[in-house]
Amino acid sequence: MTEKMDGLLSPYRVLDLTDEKGLFCGKLMGDMGADVIKIERPGGDPVRNRGPFYHDEADPEKSLYWFAMNTSKRGITLDLEKPQGLEIFKKLAKTADFVVESFPPGTMDRLGVGYADLEKLNPGLILVSIAPFGQTGPYKDFKGPDMVMWATGAGPFMRTFDSYDRPPFRVSHHPQTYFHAGTEAVVGAMVALYHRGTSGEGQHVDVSIQECVNWHPCGDWDFNKRVQKRGAFMIQMKVTVKHIWPCKDGHVMWRYTGGPMARRHSIPLVKWMAEEGMADDWLKNFEWDKFSHYNTTQDIVDRMEEQTVRFFMTHTKTELMTGAIKYRIMLYPISSTLDLAESPQLKFRGFWTQVEHPELGTTITYPGKWANNSETPPVISRRAPLIGEHNLEIYGRELAISKESLETLKRDGVI
Amino acid sequence: MGKLPFEGIKVADFCWVWTGPTTTKVLADFGATVVKIESHKRLDVWRMQPPFKDDVVGPDRGAIFNSINTGKLSVTLDLSHPKGIELAKKLVAWADVVSDNFAGGAMKRMGLGYEVLKQIKPDIIMMSSALMGQTGPWHDSPGYGDQLSAISGLHEISGWPDRPPGEIGFYTDFIAPRFNALTLIAALEYRRRTGKGQYLDIAQHQGGVQYVAPLLLDYAVNHRVATREGNRDAYAAPHGSYRCQGEDRWCAIAVSTEEEWQSFCRVMGDPAWTKDPRFATLQKRQENEEELDRLVNEWTMNLTDDEVMLKLQAAGVGAGRIGTTQDQMDNDPQLKFRNFYQEREHPELGKYHPPRQPCVLSKTPCQIKRAPLIGEHNEYVLKEILGLSDEEIEPLIVEEVIQ
Repeated sequence: MTEKMDGLLSPYRVLDLTDEKGLFCGKLMGDMGADVIKIERPGGDPVRNRGPFYHDEADPEKSLYWFAMNTSKRGITLDLEKPQGLEIFKKLAKTADFVVESFPPGTMDRLGVGYADLEKLNPGLILVSIAPFGQTGPYKDFKGPDMVMWATGAGPFMRTFDSYDRPPFRVSHHPQTYFHAGTEAVVGAMVALYHRGTSGEGQHVDVSIQECVNWHPCGDWDFNKRVQKRGAFMIQMKVTVKHIWPCKDGHVMWRYTGGPMARRHSIPLVKWMAEEGMADDWLKNFEWDKFSHYNTTQDIVDRMEEQTVRFFMTHTKTELMTGAIKYRIMLYPISSTLDLAESPQLKFRGFWTQVEHPELGTTITYPGKWANNSETPPVISRRAPLIGEHNLEIYGRELAISKESLETLKRDGVI
Repeated sequence: MGKLPFEGIKVADFCWVWTGPTTTKVLADFGATVVKIESHKRLDVWRMQPPFKDDVVGPDRGAIFNSINTGKLSVTLDLSHPKGIELAKKLVAWADVVSDNFAGGAMKRMGLGYEVLKQIKPDIIMMSSALMGQTGPWHDSPGYGDQLSAISGLHEISGWPDRPPGEIGFYTDFIAPRFNALTLIAALEYRRRTGKGQYLDIAQHQGGVQYVAPLLLDYAVNHRVATREGNRDAYAAPHGSYRCQGEDRWCAIAVSTEEEWQSFCRVMGDPAWTKDPRFATLQKRQENEEELDRLVNEWTMNLTDDEVMLKLQAAGVGAGRIGTTQDQMDNDPQLKFRNFYQEREHPELGKYHPPRQPCVLSKTPCQIKRAPLIGEHNEYVLKEILGLSDEEIEPLIVEEVIQ
């Protein structure tokens, strides 16, 4: 194993049994320095067959999605459905501080490695279970693809998105709800770890994805028994005020605002527009103190916005962000992945991490630390494991299983 | 109830608005003593944002504030007064953790930067969660969660391919608190183990960007710039939100495997169109997805959202109601079974129902206590925590250092 820097979680070992729903949890713990062992079924995890792929070559060793979700982990293959596999898992569990799993609820119990069993084996062990609807309740066995988790957890939030003439939508591409659950699971794991540090006892952390993406706390329903219809907010406002604007090479986010907020919105932008000769006298002399979205007319807003669209269309996202900093305007670009890759802020912060992929003969730029801690920042210590990459290292050297036994286990499809 | 994990942990909490308070709420709900330092001069934004109980405006009557500040103590200090800063430093001397979520550099300008605090309390853990972090060309850019979601690449991949990026609200506001909390608690554990405190300079931006990680690798390797796909999914069809009986009712459906497709057809009663070669395989269904969606809608439209969800789930097909707040609070058997919303009494609100923490810990579950009234714990904090006498407190009140 390569030498790791001292990390927040350096002394701890994590056995990662998760599928797509929980991979992110182990990744974050690995980046914080834990020794994370990804346990895959023989042949590899199905996520390896999901794209995007390195050079678009669909290959279980070239999934960029897999790469992103499994940094800082070692990897072994093991079939828990086979008795010898289970025995090996139990041996490993004795050496572990955490087991993270996302099987259908009840699977671990059925295999004889539920929390009650693991607790006997290793009283300090923390079992983290991630499931669409948690380990209990009438929906516990329901299926939970990302779209369904958005619906059942973040439904009220989706209802606030725009395009009210179309069905509610989710964030595109990869399962965001699983990322939320993975991150939240680390929070739960950390609380349990702190408790173990002071008490010595482990416990079972039950993570329901539905609850992780429930972001509407007490609101109008709880307080006033009111429910807002989709788009009702727009109807209540007498005028439509643009929030997402086109510019020369994409879009930016900004809005005409009056009152005290004008100081960081309307006033500095109009000043900049005026300096470039793109604001008329009416706009330059506008009284922002008196302007509000609730006391104006669409004609007035349109007159402001027409000249502003013209101004934005003469500038790129980068130019507009640079101007936003200079003029102190609360304006932000709608960044693409290309913009992020070129962001001077992320570069300055040392965000990007070069990760070596020797078998591909290349180095890939990864998003790195989420926090610039003074002592122990998160760091990607290694690329995602290949299928069974550390079988020999862990089974052979750490568990001292003989070469002959390993051959037998391989032949029997256990590893 | 046993001992909570953070009993005895003390937090001087300068956080306000959403992301910071949601972070320190984790500590409070699991037993820490969190002193929320606020001020009448500069009220926490959510104390004065609707919805209010009975629509009566007041700093103790906001729904959101009272959800995300559960279990904290409130002290009102004027931090623009030098004596306010002095008191804040006394709280730092008492604390294990100091937290803020101002724009980068703000704590330093107030004379409360990490270098100063470290002198007061050498093993202090200070967490500053700024939009952009404490360093770099954009470090002092203030902003809200919608703007951060925009610059973090999340709006660009939200909405419909034929339209500008979609509004997804304050999306990163639900990401940042988790990165804050997991880093902060791991740092507490690190301090427990090594005795070392540290400065956690967290950029909410760097957390938000993690959620587009696979797409960033796609750009780095294949130079492909990701954009919006509506409700399309590379590995499922039908996939999306389908209209149900009633006004503005929707159910999400996601069918990915052949087995799921067969079950889905069976639940619909095997209508003739499902045998159409245009829908024979996942790839075919994706090629003809617009027509497929139209046909699926014809089926869902005659059923309630709950019927669609329960029929499909019973057959092993992923489906879920896109509920309202009312549906979630009053009519979700799962959330009800798991006691997700917890009834609490509040002196101004009467009964209200803040949600618990999403992680259920078998031996040390969180304990939700109501949020504090503004300045409710002034006396307790000044006398019991800081040990000030009445004689010392009186001039502070006269000078409006404590309001």
